[in-house]
Amino acid sequence: MTRAITLFALLLALALPLSLLAGRVWLDPASTPNAALILAELRLPRSLLAIVVGGGLGAAGAAMQGYLRNPLADPGLFGIAPGAALGAVVALWFGYAASPLLLPLFALIGAGGAMALLAAIAGRTGGIALFTLAGLMVASLAGALTALAISLAPNAFAMGEIVMWLNGALTDRGWREVWLAAPLVALGVALLWRAGPALDALTLGEPVARSLGIDTTRLLWLLVIGVGLTVGASVAVAGIIGFVGLIVPHLVRPFTDRRPSRLILPSALAGALLVLIADSIVRVLPLVTELRLGIALSLLGAPFFLWLLLRLRRGLL
Amino acid sequence: MSTLAAERLTVANRLDEVSLELRRGEITSLCGPNGAGKSTLLETLAGLITPDAGRVLLGTDDLAQFHSIERAKRLGYLPQSPEIAWDVPVRSLIELGRMPHGDKLAGPVDAAIAALDLGALAERRALSLSGGETARVLLARVLAGTPEWILADEPLAALDLAHQFALLRHLRRAADAGTGAGTGVVLVLHDLALAMNHADRVVVLDGGSVVADGPPHSALAADVIARVWKVATRWIGEPGRRALVTAD
Repeated sequence: MTRAITLFALLLALALPLSLLAGRVWLDPASTPNAALILAELRLPRSLLAIVVGGGLGAAGAAMQGYLRNPLADPGLFGIAPGAALGAVVALWFGYAASPLLLPLFALIGAGGAMALLAAIAGRTGGIALFTLAGLMVASLAGALTALAISLAPNAFAMGEIVMWLNGALTDRGWREVWLAAPLVALGVALLWRAGPALDALTLGEPVARSLGIDTTRLLWLLVIGVGLTVGASVAVAGIIGFVGLIVPHLVRPFTDRRPSRLILPSALAGALLVLIADSIVRVLPLVTELRLGIALSLLGAPFFLWLLLRLRRGLL
Repeated sequence: MSTLAAERLTVANRLDEVSLELRRGEITSLCGPNGAGKSTLLETLAGLITPDAGRVLLGTDDLAQFHSIERAKRLGYLPQSPEIAWDVPVRSLIELGRMPHGDKLAGPVDAAIAALDLGALAERRALSLSGGETARVLLARVLAGTPEWILADEPLAALDLAHQFALLRHLRRAADAGTGAGTGVVLVLHDLALAMNHADRVVVLDGGSVVADGPPHSALAADVIARVWKVATRWIGEPGRRALVTAD
């Protein structure tokens, strides 16, 4: 664990100053006018938000893969990200986005609603298969309602705003978003980290984990609340940013002994690193309008995932 | 404190009012045809299935009232089909047996590794092991927890002959161990000859009910086998070295 944590913490410490300087205008602290102001009010909050969002998504992905005992699992499976997105879309639909706190608030309510729906459907049994199915249903319900909101959008502007927002981005985010997301993500990562030993026991299957004294219902709720906080907060401030939760645990696993508990904190660091780098690249690319971070990560993520599947097929994982 | 008892245990469609009293220091084998309820009984005794009626008593206490950690310290359970999700170090799997105790004490872990002849494998990765090696590692995980009771579902099925006998020797030592009550060993066994030669007591289940219970030579007598398994057989060889052959 220490090796992976040291490695990714070091890389993150290297990447952060570079990311602060990177942008359409490369910052030279000595000569750029208002450098301190740009750093403090634009670059630093955006980079920190990338770290917060990426850290949450990375940890959530590692915990989900451990819980479902499947390297292809993704935090999206619980339907929490689509739920949060639906909440945000509702805010945009009614034009509430003008008020800075209403959109993230609606997104958090959406995430909470998805969690409550999961609880109502599958909460008491604690069975993993039923729960995954329930999550998929919540996800498709939220997706359908989001599509409905788009097709019934009151005007073209709202529709455009919704579609843009669904492809997550960190453009024009500030300290307010950092202060909103950071505590929720930190709490979520802490809960997921606490689930670690139980996830290790789950390596031997649910019956053995239970025979070792693991309360599987408690574990489930630790996971749901942890993923709900990390993913819900991430979607609330950045929109949907896919693939991070799926990819990051695979990048981290070779640097660990592959125990699920040893994967969660390094995955948080590596997720932070990945989103920070991706967001920096998006800023530097010489395009007329900035490429949306969510699109960039999907463009990176899908080929990576195919490569992963090929390796999986050859039994290399 | 030295018994594990089933009191009129009923699990819908699986067990029908099963009553038993198992004693520590003995190797008890659960036998019966497919679907007889052996695994269900074992899982219910381990506290993993909540019975629809009846209860399990550990000593004089109702198992349902135990905190899951306390139960886990005292009952070690090994399921039939091995399942290992990640390619973790073998030693870390065995250390999972210590989880209810909240430690990774080297003593019991090393003892379990030695008992199952796993010294050479402890530094390997879990998914690089053969089926038999995996079965031994998973049993070592149970032993590392030093439970009062070992409840194992077909622990010998994947093992070669040498390791079957080694494992049975080890379980016998565990059952005989110490000045106290010894470990209670409950095994689901399909191989009736292994049950005949190595168990102190055999419980035969059929259709969710106990149909024979006693020392192996009476619980697994040829007429019981004919009635339950519907095959005509006879035992050959001397006591302790019996083999089962067809009657004709």
